[in-house]
This record gives sequence, C-alpha cells and structure tokens, in this order.
Amino acid sequence: MFGFKNYGNNDTRSGFGVGLVEAASKNKDIVALCADLTGSLKMNDFKNKYPNRFFQIGIAEANMIGIAAGMTIGKKIPYTGTFANFSTGRVYDQIRQSVAYSNKNVKICASHAGITLGEDGATHQILEDIGMMKMLPGMVVINPCDFNQTKAATIEISKYNGPVYLRFGRPKVPNFTPENQNFEIGKGIRLVEGSDVTIVCTGHLVWHSIESADLLKEKGISAEVINIHTIKPLDEEIILKSIEKTGCVVSAEEHNTIGGLGESVASLIVKNKLVPMEFVGVNDQFGESGKPSDLMKKYGLSKESIIDSCEKVLKRK
Amino acid sequence: MTSSQKLVFQIRRDIVRMVHSNNSGHPGGSLGCTEFFVVLFFEIMKRKNEFEMNGFDEDIFFLSNGHISPVFYSTLARAGYFPIEELSTFRNINSRLQGHPTTHEGLPGVRIASGSLGQGMSVAIGAALSKKMNGEKNIIYSLHGDGELQEGQNWEAIMYAAANKVDNLICTIDNNNKQIDGDLKDVLDLGDIESKFKSFGWLTINLENGNDLDDVSQALKYAKNKCFNGKPIVIIMKTVMGNGVDYMMGTHKWHGVAPNDKELETALNQNPETLKDY
Repeated sequence: MFGFKNYGNNDTRSGFGVGLVEAASKNKDIVALCADLTGSLKMNDFKNKYPNRFFQIGIAEANMIGIAAGMTIGKKIPYTGTFANFSTGRVYDQIRQSVAYSNKNVKICASHAGITLGEDGATHQILEDIGMMKMLPGMVVINPCDFNQTKAATIEISKYNGPVYLRFGRPKVPNFTPENQNFEIGKGIRLVEGSDVTIVCTGHLVWHSIESADLLKEKGISAEVINIHTIKPLDEEIILKSIEKTGCVVSAEEHNTIGGLGESVASLIVKNKLVPMEFVGVNDQFGESGKPSDLMKKYGLSKESIIDSCEKVLKRK
Repeated sequence: MTSSQKLVFQIRRDIVRMVHSNNSGHPGGSLGCTEFFVVLFFEIMKRKNEFEMNGFDEDIFFLSNGHISPVFYSTLARAGYFPIEELSTFRNINSRLQGHPTTHEGLPGVRIASGSLGQGMSVAIGAALSKKMNGEKNIIYSLHGDGELQEGQNWEAIMYAAANKVDNLICTIDNNNKQIDGDLKDVLDLGDIESKFKSFGWLTINLENGNDLDDVSQALKYAKNKCFNGKPIVIIMKTVMGNGVDYMMGTHKWHGVAPNDKELETALNQNPETLKDY
C-alpha cells in the first residue's frame, strides 16, 4: 500500500516509554514525574533504570505540573506523565501560569488521549485537549501517529527548549513509519502523493487515511496524504502547497472538530487560499464506553468517514 | 536607625506610591510583609548580585501570593536587581512590573509567574528537588497568603513535601487572618494552621510578630538551622495587614484598594524618606 508496511501493531504510549529511556540515556538532566500511572504511561523502564530521576507524585496532577515547572529552575528537563484528560483540563491553570506564561521547559506527556481509550468511557476520553493546549501562547503541540514516530518525538522534544504538549494513545495500532526516523518539530510529512484531494491527518487517523487513499485509488480518486504530527507550530507550507495542487482538503483527527487540527487548517486556508474543506473528527460530543474500534466507527473516525468526506469535498470543487 | 529600619520605611513609601500612581494594586498584604522581605533579602538569603534564572549556588525565593507584587518589586529594586526608577512603571502598559509578577517580561529577580493562587508551593518543591539533584546545599524560600491555603493544590504540595523529606524548603505563611471578602474565619475558616502542617509531617515555627524585624530575623535563622533534617519547614508568621500606615492596619478593606492623594500624604507622613524615593 503506497510502499507502507505495518511492522506490527504497537501502542504509541510504548513508543513514549522507549523514547524516554533513550533520551534520558543521552541527557542526564531529563527527569520524569508520574501521577500514579507509571505502568499505563510505560514509564517503568525509566523508573527502574533511573530511580533517582523518577518522581512518583501520587494522584495530584496540579502539584505535579507545579513541581515540574520548579525543577526547570536548576536546568532539569521534566517529562510529566498521566492520562491526557488529567494532563490538560484538570491542570489547565497550572500549565497556563506556571509553565506556559512562565516559559518553562516542561514536557507534558499525555497518554490515553481521545476516544480509543475505550472502555473507561467519556470521563477519561478527552477530545478537547489539542484545542486547550494550542490556545496557550508558546506551547508546542505534538500528536504522533505510531510507535516509531512517538519514540522519535519523545527524544526530539528534549532538545527543544520550551513547553511541549505530547499526545499519544492507549491501543495497539499499526506501526509503519521508519524506525529511528529523524523527527522535525513543526514539519509535516507527505506520506502519499496525489492530485485530487488533500487529506491532512494526525495521530491514530494517519493509518486510516493511508488506507482510505488506497481505497479511493480503486475508485479513481488520487488522494494526497499529509501527516501533521505537530499541530502547533503548523507546517503551513506543506499544506498550502498541496491544496494549491488538489484544490480541496479533508482533515482527519481523533479530537473534537472544534479546536482541533481541522480548525487550524481551516484558519490557514481562509487566510491564504480558500478551497472546499471537510472535517473528520468527533462532532462536538462526549464519548462513551466501548471497544476502541467500535467507538471509532460510531463517532465517525473510520476509513468510511474519510472516504465519504473526500467524495463530498470533491463535489464541492 | 538601622539599615533594615531604613529599608522598611522606604519600601513602605514605594508600596503606597506605586499603588497610588495608577490607582490599583494591593497595599495591605504588601505592607504586612515588608519586614519579612527586608530580613529575607538583606540578611538571610545567600544571593548573587547578578540574576540568573537557574539560581545555581544561591538561595531562591518564590512569591506564591503574587498580588503583593509591590513589596516584591520594591525589595528587588532596592536589592539591586533592576533600576529603582523602574518602580514608577508599576502596572503601566509596556512595563516589566506587571500587576502580578511574571518571568514573561524578563524582570530580574522573578523566576515564576504567580497571581493565580496556590501554585507557588509546588514550584518551590520542584526547585528544592532540583537543588538536591544538583548536589547543592542552598535553601528555597517561599511566601504564601493564609487565605491562599484554601486552594487545594497547597495540600497536595504539603503532603508531597513531607512524604518525600523535602528539607531544603522554608515556606512562610503570611497569617494576617484577612482575605478580600473579610476575615478568614468568616469566609472559610482554616482552623488551626499549625496543627494541620504538623499532622502532615512538617516542622512548624510560630512567628508571633511578623512585623518585628528582630523576631522575623530570629525565626528565619532558626528555620535555616533546622534545614536538612528530613522535614520541610513552615513559618506561620502573624502579621498585621497594612502595617505601618495606621488607617490601613488590621482591616481587609485595603487588600486591593489604592489610597487617594490625601491618604497617600498621610501614609508618607507616617513613613519618612530614608533612601530616596524613586
């Protein structure tokens, strides 16, 4: 499929766990903090390898963000780990004042993002986190698509000086981007070249977008797939260049369509080149309990939704 | 008059002039903590002359109750971190002296933004842990309002610091028993602050007169000597809100209200110019 191969399903949170250990082996200033979810965040290897650099905070996320901000004074590079819901909404003001406004070098690492958290239900399935984080001045927002990309992003953000929100997920999903890839913050990646429609996608929806492009090809539609792993700062150039060619765009993300990647793309095209656009995402709803794959279908985050949106947007050209 | 007494008078003048200049700011809590700031910055803390964000090999101070920025700014300026004349820009547009302290405009002496209450203790703990990891023997100081303890994040921090033996940390609570809406006991009674800290595992120190330079000095020196003994330290410092300006003393009304021209004159008459006004 366009030369892509699934090396085997794996979870992005494990990519984070592996990346964290690798980054820490190269930089002794990296420390990790966790709010009672060490196993879920895959931080056990770090904890075992670097016990003096691991801080168990307990179920106290606000305190965790504050401690992380304080640790940067003395040059530490703290990675905080908890679920995306408790990494953002629960501690928004702590991030806003102690991290973003204070411009502290804290890496907020958030697992179990989106609806694929599954059975725990809507209390834990945050679909608003990208919006909240991208609204904070100076915050870098990254949402990698598979194990390898998450690992690479986890390592790369240690070299960037400033606050970062790194979002990843719970389920095992196809791992298809290159091992040991070079991760460039703010740089989109054209995965599939096409000429009829641009699909701008992030996170778990990237693999679905490649599959959709493959199915669209059978229908005689040439789709270009662009992976935007960094939602902020947005790679405007790669998107504008693509829509210049295709003349229409579909965004795809595991997030509320309000506040997500799609909205950033819409803002970009309104200001530069107005083309028809459709949005694949959760339509201003809370999620519910269920198997991740069933939830993805029910909430319109499937291949079918992407294909439908592509066909719809093509008719509007 | 000792140099500390001179500083107290001058900082009080700075505070009332700053809040008067644009008719906004928080004089009450600022005046109540003036003696604490003078003792901490000019007698107790091991500080470097040049400001550096990481604060390597020096003591560090965090102001958690950021609304008392006038006393913080005046102290920093009088300690030489930035030009004293800059105090005249307090709360003005394009100023580094924002209503609440921030690192955002690069004001030397400020290491974290504060204003939204309850966050400073966690930050102080983080900096204290950083010092330990870096093998430093310096101390982290912080100041918090008593009303601020109503914010839940403090109790997460208080629990954490004791459980993890963060013993290079001296937190001071400005215990003036006042908050914006009135007396603490009427708004939300904190009960016995000392026994709460104690039961969480902190070493507690009662400072009965936080507006007496000698008493403040004694308490801070005592606390300093008790560091590195396995426990975080809290000083519960009784102060009078508005101290040094008679009509502001002991009432919550001057928490966040600026004096008018006549009131300013009265305040200045009660506090002689000792080190040149800005």
